[in-house]
Amino acid sequence: METKNIMIVGVGGQGSLLASKLLGHLLLGQGYDVKVSEVHGMSQRGGSVVTYVRYGDKVASPVIDRGEADYIVSFELLEAARWMGYLKPGGQIVTSTQRIDPMPVITGAAQYPENLVEKMRAAGAKVDALDCLALAEQAGSSKATNIVLMGRLSHYFDLPEEAWQKSLEAMVPAKFLDLNRKAFELGKNA
Amino acid sequence: MKQLMLGNAAAARGLYEAGVAVVSSYPGTPSTEITEELAKFDEVYSEWAPNEKVAMEVAFGASLAGKRSFCGMKHVGLNVAADPLFTVSYTGVNGGMVIAVADDAGMHSSQNEQDSRHYARSAKLPMLEPSDSGEAYAFAKKAYEISEQFDCPVFLKMCTRVAHSQSIVEPHERVEAPAKPYEKNIAKYVMTPANAIRRHPHVEERMAKLAEFAETSELNRVEAGSDHGMGIITSSTSYQYVKEVCGDRFPVLKLGMVWPLPEKKIRAFAASVDKLIVVEELDSFIETYVRELGLAVTGKELFPLLGEFSQNLVAEKLGVPVHTGKALDENIPPRPPAMCAGCPHRGLFYTLSKNKCTVLGDIGCYTLGAAAPLNAIEMTLCMGASVSSIHGYNKALGAESEHKTVAVIGDSTFMHSGMTGLANIAYNQSNSTVIILDNSITGMTGHQQNPTTGYNIKGDPAGKIDLEALCRAMGFARVRVVDPYDLDACDKAVREELAADEPSVIISRRPCALLKYVKHSAPLRVSADECVGCKGCMKIGCPAISFQDGKARVDETLCVGCGVCAQLCRFGALQSTAKEG
Repeated sequence: METKNIMIVGVGGQGSLLASKLLGHLLLGQGYDVKVSEVHGMSQRGGSVVTYVRYGDKVASPVIDRGEADYIVSFELLEAARWMGYLKPGGQIVTSTQRIDPMPVITGAAQYPENLVEKMRAAGAKVDALDCLALAEQAGSSKATNIVLMGRLSHYFDLPEEAWQKSLEAMVPAKFLDLNRKAFELGKNA
Repeated sequence: MKQLMLGNAAAARGLYEAGVAVVSSYPGTPSTEITEELAKFDEVYSEWAPNEKVAMEVAFGASLAGKRSFCGMKHVGLNVAADPLFTVSYTGVNGGMVIAVADDAGMHSSQNEQDSRHYARSAKLPMLEPSDSGEAYAFAKKAYEISEQFDCPVFLKMCTRVAHSQSIVEPHERVEAPAKPYEKNIAKYVMTPANAIRRHPHVEERMAKLAEFAETSELNRVEAGSDHGMGIITSSTSYQYVKEVCGDRFPVLKLGMVWPLPEKKIRAFAASVDKLIVVEELDSFIETYVRELGLAVTGKELFPLLGEFSQNLVAEKLGVPVHTGKALDENIPPRPPAMCAGCPHRGLFYTLSKNKCTVLGDIGCYTLGAAAPLNAIEMTLCMGASVSSIHGYNKALGAESEHKTVAVIGDSTFMHSGMTGLANIAYNQSNSTVIILDNSITGMTGHQQNPTTGYNIKGDPAGKIDLEALCRAMGFARVRVVDPYDLDACDKAVREELAADEPSVIISRRPCALLKYVKHSAPLRVSADECVGCKGCMKIGCPAISFQDGKARVDETLCVGCGVCAQLCRFGALQSTAKEG
């Protein structure tokens, strides 16, 4: 199988590491070769962060380059727009509609662009946008945004439901499992 | 069982299985997790040392005693440890000794992108360079064999993409390494000139033997290709990019050992292809060696000296198809990292900015104090440089600068390299003001303990250095502690210590807001009735405060209720959401 590419983008501190761990566990369990590349250190402090997940028969590079992502999973709208150039022609963006102002917008040096979902669609990208923060809060915690997104992403994968559930069990602390199962369901059925 | 493992965790697993007994490191992105993972194994003694020089000397001591030892650091940490490094090369080892060094091409979290391979050549030591987690695991084990066989420490050279990428590893059981007895050997271990003169020939002989080893070792392998029009010599993550874009088309000489290099293997490979290309990030290291052999080679005339590579970059330079995507035609504002909501550094930097201080900075989260809107820090060089350079700055300018210049340094950075600079201020008497930003943790690298926190790497109680007593013992009469959440107190402390006609230390003390044990207050909320939209609260650059429809707005999911913004609001608009009573 040709290597498939999933990019997880967002703002440092939003929980993308758990999402990539979940995907890594899931895809390894399906017998694929898997590589996951993360960012640690300074850029985690509220900066734009990106995690690459790649899987297939044999994966060489740990990163995803421009025009290669089958999926871009985004925790924040501006970040989906920032990384859109990494989408493969025909690729799918799954994004939360959450808006977090970057420092240049806070200081007034820049504007947060309006109508980004419409603009991305007009530019030819397939965009699935949903309010993951509200769904996460409905599930019981704003911290479950990452699992809402994973639930939504599962929609696009031809994988058995129990495989996702097994990875969720393996990666989420037991006391938060019910909450995260609910978040996954809400994302999936949104 | 096969599992996905971070490159650093895989290196740790390999070291563990090879029987490492003593580990001493200083954290530094992207090397930190090697030591954090090793600390999880009960059979291994692990510690955070105050700096990399200490760590390397600890590891050497354990090796001298006959145990397998390890120290890990980032590329700039190796500069700090360079002093013992060059002479351990002469003494050699007893138990195997492995030094991990992690480079950061692209400077994800570093102040430069130096290429550590030069250290292997100049210190005359072997260097192994894995290209994924599987190799990080295998090479870590191999490094101990080489170390003991050739009587020298061995480098395990990581880079950000190998250190912080996960790929598949199949772990095994640990095999205890038999301890080697320590034997007194003054000629080998006491590097006086007379002894060192006699050790140097051993170093050169060893490198010749290691070069022979490199010729036959499976660490360096030729991968066949169908098209001999081009042959590629590469290593590390560059190898992965080459395989990604070329597959099995061109022959590849994949180097797992980047020093010393295998001359005969390289000559034979060059003779088998029409055109020889070297693909390597950062400096021309392999290429320079190949040129010294008199071979025709293409490298840095094609590939950049700067930053990280990627598959598209390698594809473009090699003339194979490049992927293209369609970016959004829109002005996307950048999102640089910023101090977190509730960061204790913010109040202090606001005070320094307000008082128009000249601030000489250091390495840590607080370097973000240089960013807009605070724009407070004017210089950052390396660990400890704030404290040393303020002395030079004040000696150069005298009273003109003494009453408006401060040095800022974090608690961990102060322990690493700040104390010697402080000793210089006390000894050579400049009227300098040093601010220790004590957030009770090593923040930037992800919360490691240090000698001021009272806990060791496993989180158990440990020795705790008293910063106030230390500064007083060095001869500072003016040492005071301030809470950076209290803007009035910060202002008073900074003004008074700058005005004083003697050197002083201010300790700005409050734990990092991200520490699990830190209890947060209820978030604040903007009362629309009181807010006049003056943006006074936005001068501190808090990511939780934005401006919408002419009023300030607090993101309650980010706000930790530190209350610094409320102290700036003259209208009482920022109010706690805590229920009264």
